Amino acid sequence: MKKINKTLITGILSSSLLLATQAQAAGESDPLLTYFLADTLELSSQTDNPLAWDATFWVGKDWHKLYIKTEGEHVTGNSESENQLLYSHPIERSWDIQVGLGYDITPDQTQSWAIVGLQGLTPYFFETNIVLLANDKNIGFRLDTEYEALLTQKLILTPSLKLSSYSADDEPMGIGSGLSSTELGLRLRYEFSRKFAPYIGLKHNQTFGNTADYLKAEGSESSEYSFVAGLRFWF
Amino acid sequence: MTSSTKQTQITLNRRQFVRGLALTSIAAAVATNIPSALASNEFTAKGASDFNPKQAILNGTEFKLTISEKPVNITGNPTIATLVNGSLPAPTLVWREGDTVTIKVKNELDVDSSIHWHGIILPTNMDGVPGFSFDGIKPGETYTYQFTLTQSGTYWYHSHSGYQEQTGIFGAIVVLPKMPEPIKADYDHVIQLSDWSDTDPETIYANLKKMGDYYNFSQRTVGDFWGEWQTHGFVKAWDRRKMWNNMKMTDRDLSDVSGATYTYLMNGLSPNAHWRTVVESGKKVRLRFINSSAMTFFDVRIPGLKMTVVAADGNLIQPVEVDEFRIGVAETYDVIVEADTSKQAYAIFAQAIDRSGYAIGSITADATKIADTPEMDPLPILSMTDMGMDHSMSDNSMSDMSGMDHSGHDMSGMNMDDMQSTPSTPNMDHSSHNMSGMNMDSMPSMSNMDNTVIPMDMNPKLPQTKLPKKDGPQIAMRATGAQYRLSDPGVGLRNNGRKVLTYADLKNLYPTRHEPKPTRELVMHLTGNMERYMWSIDGITFSDAPPLEFEYGERVRITFINDTMMNHPMHLHGVWSDLETGDENHIPRKHTIIVQPGAKISYRVTMDARGDWAFHCHMLYHMIGMFRRVQVR
Repeated sequence: MKKINKTLITGILSSSLLLATQAQAAGESDPLLTYFLADTLELSSQTDNPLAWDATFWVGKDWHKLYIKTEGEHVTGNSESENQLLYSHPIERSWDIQVGLGYDITPDQTQSWAIVGLQGLTPYFFETNIVLLANDKNIGFRLDTEYEALLTQKLILTPSLKLSSYSADDEPMGIGSGLSSTELGLRLRYEFSRKFAPYIGLKHNQTFGNTADYLKAEGSESSEYSFVAGLRFWF
Repeated sequence: MTSSTKQTQITLNRRQFVRGLALTSIAAAVATNIPSALASNEFTAKGASDFNPKQAILNGTEFKLTISEKPVNITGNPTIATLVNGSLPAPTLVWREGDTVTIKVKNELDVDSSIHWHGIILPTNMDGVPGFSFDGIKPGETYTYQFTLTQSGTYWYHSHSGYQEQTGIFGAIVVLPKMPEPIKADYDHVIQLSDWSDTDPETIYANLKKMGDYYNFSQRTVGDFWGEWQTHGFVKAWDRRKMWNNMKMTDRDLSDVSGATYTYLMNGLSPNAHWRTVVESGKKVRLRFINSSAMTFFDVRIPGLKMTVVAADGNLIQPVEVDEFRIGVAETYDVIVEADTSKQAYAIFAQAIDRSGYAIGSITADATKIADTPEMDPLPILSMTDMGMDHSMSDNSMSDMSGMDHSGHDMSGMNMDDMQSTPSTPNMDHSSHNMSGMNMDSMPSMSNMDNTVIPMDMNPKLPQTKLPKKDGPQIAMRATGAQYRLSDPGVGLRNNGRKVLTYADLKNLYPTRHEPKPTRELVMHLTGNMERYMWSIDGITFSDAPPLEFEYGERVRITFINDTMMNHPMHLHGVWSDLETGDENHIPRKHTIIVQPGAKISYRVTMDARGDWAFHCHMLYHMIGMFRRVQVR
């Protein structure tokens, strides 16, 4: 796994360097860029007010990008997160294929995944990420989609859906087989600038099947509504 | 200053001059005439040359230009511009046809620079495009340009290095004619339009790469849909959006970079500073419009006055009276107006195509009295026409289509005396296009889909030159129903109640019927992906494209099909672009040809200049993708 990783990174960096030669007749058409987006960084009204995040970083050019994605929650000194290191390549006008590694962390245990995913825009403008994960114990599927409804040019309402399901139980990771969990969100942000927007919102987290049972065993709810307040920013 | 160069401008106060925040100096905003008294007697403007010595005008045969960084304050924020002789715009250069001019350009920047003389016919090593028979001007070095002028008219010059054009290196060129022109005017002014941003161009470009609609604050809102729901009912409103939603395209995508970051300038002055010219009532004023913007198309009018367009891209045309014209990036138009300034001041009003701002100036009898600012027109909404889609297919999704007057393709006014036959319309196909047609890349590029008959299809049998093409994610759209739209004034100007100039109105003042016919044709698609902010020709960017090769002296036809929803002003260096308007005897001669969104256009080029030439879209942030090297051997 680590080896694949290294090959990926060297490949991307060297291709970037090779592509750096350009005519001097104008600005560079395909510069090496970096991007960081904290799509959500929020406090919620759930028990102990967890801090949740969903962030993306990439570095690269038009045709080759290296992504790091992280999503997680921090509550009472403990963190849980899902992290991905991906190579991303355009395959269609609004879709990229992304392959790489996943690394999930819970207070009890960690696990790695091989990942293949699609990231892009569906008809009707749904920003969507579909991911298949696999390791020697389990196969997973995660979907993340959101729609941006412009109430004004700066006030934007974003309904979102996150969903995950797995082929097998994995109690230490809190994963049950079948449809495992969903999160429905509705966030209203105000873009002071394109790159900086505070928001408020509602979310509903629901767990199913064994996932719900594992949670209940920990004393948590399997279905929970909460208010959120946070920041969305990028640079 | 060399002895033969007379400088009528002191550049010391330039910082004050370009300040746009407040009107600190009325005098600074008042125009200077082109010293056209230097020209033929026919052209003399009475007492004009010594009028107001504020604007930088240089004339003669020897010039020294120095490119350097200077502090400016255009928006209220002090920032740094790259300027020529400390002036924004750069000094207007007044030349004379037949003269050999020598221009020593010194680069005081710490990066390479260059000057390209846009529209001027000259040897390739004088053309000023780095990497094309010229290495650019290194920091601290001086390059001597020298060439003989074989033309007259309104042109301009700008840097062809990096994004320096955006940050201030552009100026006007007026070449006075050797022989008297049939144009009479008492005043003569350059109106140079530009777009200024305090954000550096690299950041603008990076923002676009990360978010294609970063600068678009005219997007559809929930309220727009609600309004349509109220008007048309839910089903119909939903249906209207269906095609756009399915294609993931927006009908509000007019300018990549907007007034959200740009301040639009007229002769370097913001709307607050307000450029003005003092004109005696009833006198004729020649206005030489030059669009020196990086990214902005302007719709220009002077409310209350008719404008008589007398030249396009420096070349005289049969005068045509209009209320309004659209000027693409890098184009020039000369117009004559007669203002009754005893009654009122007149606004020269240039609104950005996306209505996110405007440049403005006044024609007035009194420099302290400026015209009222007219209201901007409503935001233009793109239609199926602008996507190059067939008209018959989507009646209920074309809100703007009703505004398209197909019968307006009026051939009756055309001089067809040199044409052998009038064809029937064998190429018409109105019925068979559907949604899936949007991606039919395998369609031959000269697909027979025109439902407008335009006479240049009279000789469609030219041998086609095969060019490499590439499909893929870099192409978001295909204009499968692309048509010649020469009489279409363009999105936002259709049926607006004004007489708007179109390319069909451009008729060379001089007969062209004896010019040779083209012997082969190159068809190229302008391609792009707005969301990814990738631009290319036939799906291939400059770095991956082989040069276009031509034989010295051959005449070819170039046809562009615009597979995007943006206008692309295509500029071929070194040679003229003779626009096919259907009138064989009055083919207008241009250096920059706008290819409207979803449209097709053809022009003829005689490759009578040896060397390597640049051929590109003049939108600064599209340029290096939509770029080709032309080799004439």
